[in-house]
Amino acid sequence: MIALGQFLEVLIGGLMSGVLYSLVALGFVLIFKASGVFNFAQGAMVLLAGLALVRSLDLLVANGFPIWIAIVLGIGFAAVIMAITAWLIERFVIGPLVNQNALTLFMSTIGVTFVLEGAAQMIFGSDVYPLRLFPTDIWLLFESHFPGGILVNQLDVWGGLIAGILVAGLAIFFQQTKTGRALRAVADDHMAAQSVGIPIGWIWFVVWLVAGLVALVAATVWGTKLGVQFSITFLALKALPVLIIGGLTSVPGAIVGGLIVGAGEKLAEVFLGSHIGGGIEYWFAYVLALAVLLVRPQGLFGERIIERI
Amino acid sequence: MLYREAGQFKTTYAEDMAIFPIRQDRMALAILLGIAFIGVPLLADFDIWPFGSDYLLRAILLPFLILALAAIGVNILVGYCGQISLGSGAFMAIGAYSAYKLGTGVHIPLAWLGFAISIPPLPVLLSILLGGLAAAVVGILFGIPSLRIKGLYLAVATLAAQFFFDWVFLRVPWFTNYAPSGSVSAPTLDFFGLNVGTPIERYMLCLIFVTVFAFLAKNLVRGNLGRQWMAIRDMDIAAELIGIRPLYAKLTAFAVSSFIIGVAGALWAFVYLGSWEPLAFSIERSLQLLFMVIIGGLGSIMGSFIGAAFILILPIMLNLLPTQLGVPLSTETITHLEFIIFGSLICYLLIKEPHGFARLISIGKEKLRLWPFPY
Repeated sequence: MIALGQFLEVLIGGLMSGVLYSLVALGFVLIFKASGVFNFAQGAMVLLAGLALVRSLDLLVANGFPIWIAIVLGIGFAAVIMAITAWLIERFVIGPLVNQNALTLFMSTIGVTFVLEGAAQMIFGSDVYPLRLFPTDIWLLFESHFPGGILVNQLDVWGGLIAGILVAGLAIFFQQTKTGRALRAVADDHMAAQSVGIPIGWIWFVVWLVAGLVALVAATVWGTKLGVQFSITFLALKALPVLIIGGLTSVPGAIVGGLIVGAGEKLAEVFLGSHIGGGIEYWFAYVLALAVLLVRPQGLFGERIIERI
Repeated sequence: MLYREAGQFKTTYAEDMAIFPIRQDRMALAILLGIAFIGVPLLADFDIWPFGSDYLLRAILLPFLILALAAIGVNILVGYCGQISLGSGAFMAIGAYSAYKLGTGVHIPLAWLGFAISIPPLPVLLSILLGGLAAAVVGILFGIPSLRIKGLYLAVATLAAQFFFDWVFLRVPWFTNYAPSGSVSAPTLDFFGLNVGTPIERYMLCLIFVTVFAFLAKNLVRGNLGRQWMAIRDMDIAAELIGIRPLYAKLTAFAVSSFIIGVAGALWAFVYLGSWEPLAFSIERSLQLLFMVIIGGLGSIMGSFIGAAFILILPIMLNLLPTQLGVPLSTETITHLEFIIFGSLICYLLIKEPHGFARLISIGKEKLRLWPFPY
């Protein structure tokens, strides 16, 4: 029998890292909902936000600022950078490409990815920069119930907490504020929204800004976990199956999809991987997504796709 | 003046249905083929500029031809049948590794059945073509989800193929003949007793492959099958209503496309790389191929060539430019600048001409037809 303690430990670890995938997937969902753009650049945005944050933090601390002022200023600086990026993308790429087909838009965001990766590394440097915003100590739980207890990383708990706050904040933003409602209107129908007087360019800027801020939050957590480095951009690829499983248009879907992928791939790696050669974590999420798509083509929480001639 | 159809009368049906109905098109193609088949080898033989060294042949023309072939394959799937695929790199890998296994002899030990399947090493040409066939079979398998899902969802589904096969060729030692480093070398390129070794021979080999497959593809897409693919691309429900079977049309598109990509993969491994590891066929390769097809023009065989040339040569140019101009920049900065310029150019092209270079050419032809009048 598989030890229950080990199973729980893997499950919890998986769920927690799933939350982190969700953080990246959230950015995708926001942009897809509001503009129908499948934003491949989300991973590059996480890298840019992380680099801006960690470099400004290092600079401020080196100049003798107290740590909490440095953190506030650093986050502010990174947020400003993300705002500028959002404006540039809306003004020069997405704006002119309005009404093109989805594939062209998708490819243009890959172009944006190249630009962001190059620019971020040229301005802020291309080494591995450690970021320490959250504690990374390890808790041992239920030591009395299981031999050895259950290892839980504090960082994962923080990540879960932050994701929860973020989703709650986004829900309030979408439901209660004027801009949020305008955003939902744009997502529903571009033309109708425009004709009732919603400034569509401004709304898209807001969406990209919010996605940039979500990227910043993801960068703080991932940066603490792995250090801010180029490989963080591959997160975008990990977030894709999360999106597909949850459904491209659903915020709760991104969270649930992340949890499923995180738990699924960790469990598969530990309990199946040893039988067929390790490293199945690498593709497991995609095959899972494929299986889900065969049963539900629009993902678990996606809107049903109805086609008319 | 130069490009005008006036006076070219078609008197038979065969003439009317010809693959290149306009005389000027035929002449342009003949000149192009002449340069490629006779001009380049002659120049290379006498070491005339720019063929003084092997660099142009080996580092630009060879990869250009092979990637153009792969781009034709991708274009059939994405451009003609409208099924977005991000797994082209995987199909190249399948072509390459299947050809490698067949070229070096297959041995499948079936210990529990008490015997083993052994196939002696096959000739290179046969193993390249069979490699393409293996890719086609896998392509059909991964094409099955396309019957239910479409668009960007399908793109992510094809990513499953990409990551799964990346892993398979990295982790299953059988495919690499248990090479400890995971890197494998191609068998000697022996075509009916003719040993292909020098760059110019390799170039000619790839050129023949590319020419044959380009003509096949060009003919295929204007025939019954190609029209079915395009109907599916333009609106699949409407196509179904007028009697096109989506199952057949989509799966044939996947099969033909994967076959061509697989052959390109085998050539890439055998002829261009010589020895390779799974990294040669990663997700970057898939994206690169997709870029070629989109920049070149969706639904255009000619566009695949232009797109391949553009995407391949642009980074090389960007890399050479600072050193040629004498700007003192560190290699790291150059790499980052390359990223920025490449990305911006892609965005610029997509904004200015979302239909790619092929569209620019057809606009140019239209203008020439009317010249010197504006309309």
